[in-house]
Amino acid sequence: MRILVVAEHDGTTVRSGTRSAVGFANSVAERSGGDVECLVLGHEIDAAARDASLISRVLSVDGVTLSDPVADRYAKVIADVVSDRDTDLVVAASTTYAKDIVGRAAGLLGGAMASDVVAHEVRDGQLVMRRPMFAGAVTATVTLTGHPQIVTVRASAYEGPEPADAPFEITTVNIDESSLPNHIQFERVESKTSHRPDVTEAQVVVSGGRALKNSDDFERLVGGLADQLGGATGSSRALVDAGITPNELQVGQTGKIVAPDLYIALGISGAVQHLAGMKNSKVIVAINNDPDAPMFEMANYGLVGDVYELVPQLIAKLHAG
Amino acid sequence: MKILVPTKRVPDTDQKIRLRADGSGIDDSNLPFVVNPFDAIAVEEALRMREASAEEVEVVAVGIGSDDYESELRTSLAMGADRAILIECGEAIDSWNVARILCETVKRENPDLVLMGKQAVDNDANQAGQFLAALLDWPQATFASKIEFVEGSLRVSRETDLGNEVVVVGLPAVITTDLRLNEPRYAALPSILKARKKPIERIDIEQFDVVIEPRVQVLEMEVASTGRNCVRVNDVDALLSRLRDEAKVI
Repeated sequence: MRILVVAEHDGTTVRSGTRSAVGFANSVAERSGGDVECLVLGHEIDAAARDASLISRVLSVDGVTLSDPVADRYAKVIADVVSDRDTDLVVAASTTYAKDIVGRAAGLLGGAMASDVVAHEVRDGQLVMRRPMFAGAVTATVTLTGHPQIVTVRASAYEGPEPADAPFEITTVNIDESSLPNHIQFERVESKTSHRPDVTEAQVVVSGGRALKNSDDFERLVGGLADQLGGATGSSRALVDAGITPNELQVGQTGKIVAPDLYIALGISGAVQHLAGMKNSKVIVAINNDPDAPMFEMANYGLVGDVYELVPQLIAKLHAG
Repeated sequence: MKILVPTKRVPDTDQKIRLRADGSGIDDSNLPFVVNPFDAIAVEEALRMREASAEEVEVVAVGIGSDDYESELRTSLAMGADRAILIECGEAIDSWNVARILCETVKRENPDLVLMGKQAVDNDANQAGQFLAALLDWPQATFASKIEFVEGSLRVSRETDLGNEVVVVGLPAVITTDLRLNEPRYAALPSILKARKKPIERIDIEQFDVVIEPRVQVLEMEVASTGRNCVRVNDVDALLSRLRDEAKVI
């Protein structure tokens, strides 16, 4: 089985989700025989290709028209590489990048695609996968019909491989850029500027909900506790809708899916759509003044009380060591 | 200008999902259904484009399914869509086949823009819009949080993991909507009554040159286990010692 992992990178480093995707791909390759390659796309990507080569063999496609991750061009390149190499399985981490670009590539390749895979096995040579549906209320066991098969995996569900001592081979693939579509003009990305880790990659996530009354309080309490723990901040949809927190902090079915070692929910009642985004966290702590908040049913540890009173105590005690 | 808005009928998100005893699918008896919330946002955005535009804009809602779909198409009509198309299809279909049927619908209707939800909240696949754009070889802008006209093109802000991305797409195009694009209007009673008179064209799937090709087979569904045995602690000190000594996460 020939497996191709579509890498996501920032020009120099492969993002952690891609490592998880390689972990999934290696596991499938071990069970069904086959080899894994990582496709690094972009412009001036030597450093990213070298980083990827520490975890997998690499195909590198470098082109001036690929400097920004634009769906129509990237999807065409992926589909062409897959067709040329007769790839059986295309894998990527389930990020907005992959949903956009790999989703479109899957549309060019016959549409046999499973999204957000969280577990798998190989049964009689057939890849059998589990994926959440209905905001995570249901787990479906699915198989795909058609060739090639395209899969995105939840990064939180798979471990990446340890970096190799000696890098794997990097192969440069040449493409005819003039044949690529050109109907999407990339203008800019207004990237986040935060000193905190990304909420999808952090080991500790502290999230705030409706109990937080304004942005200053959010920063002081949620941000303050996150900083004591070296963690990221997250938010319920209620705070995003109220304009208290920015979009990219939203954890939930329609926001980010996270599964850190420790998730602390401060004043979050526990709506189904929020739980869908964090319920696979290893340890969950709920602090809420409503003893009946559904979040407590999801939590390993619960503390009933006012976050305005309890969180400053937590920060002070952690600070004191 | 014509805007096509595909809409899916999904279980009301406030409802608890139950499964049939044999795990073959969800138990949809007595389950209230709604227009997929992301598709309702697409309908709303199409209406706002029509209201803001100097030229004539037609908004056409499309559903694929059985007779049951009519009430959700009436919802879109009550919000303000000009007309609706129901593509009659008896079987449950996956994203690939939705995209193929929509592709045929686009060839029939020749819209300038397809606006649809980024995902349907039943199977949460987040695929159909991208598949459709690929099949049509049209530009796409997924996860839109803002759409504006610029000289015959559309400038779209996209919500990505890395932040807000801005792209310009030429028309025709496929745009998928994210949560914060707008807040869909509620239809007032007079609009609901008026919508009863608006046309819903029914097209039998047989009339399309599409043989359903299943791509995703669901072997089984189970209710995801979620509950944990919550240890209630009395104060901050007890919480910290549990996290340090028992869970070992700090």
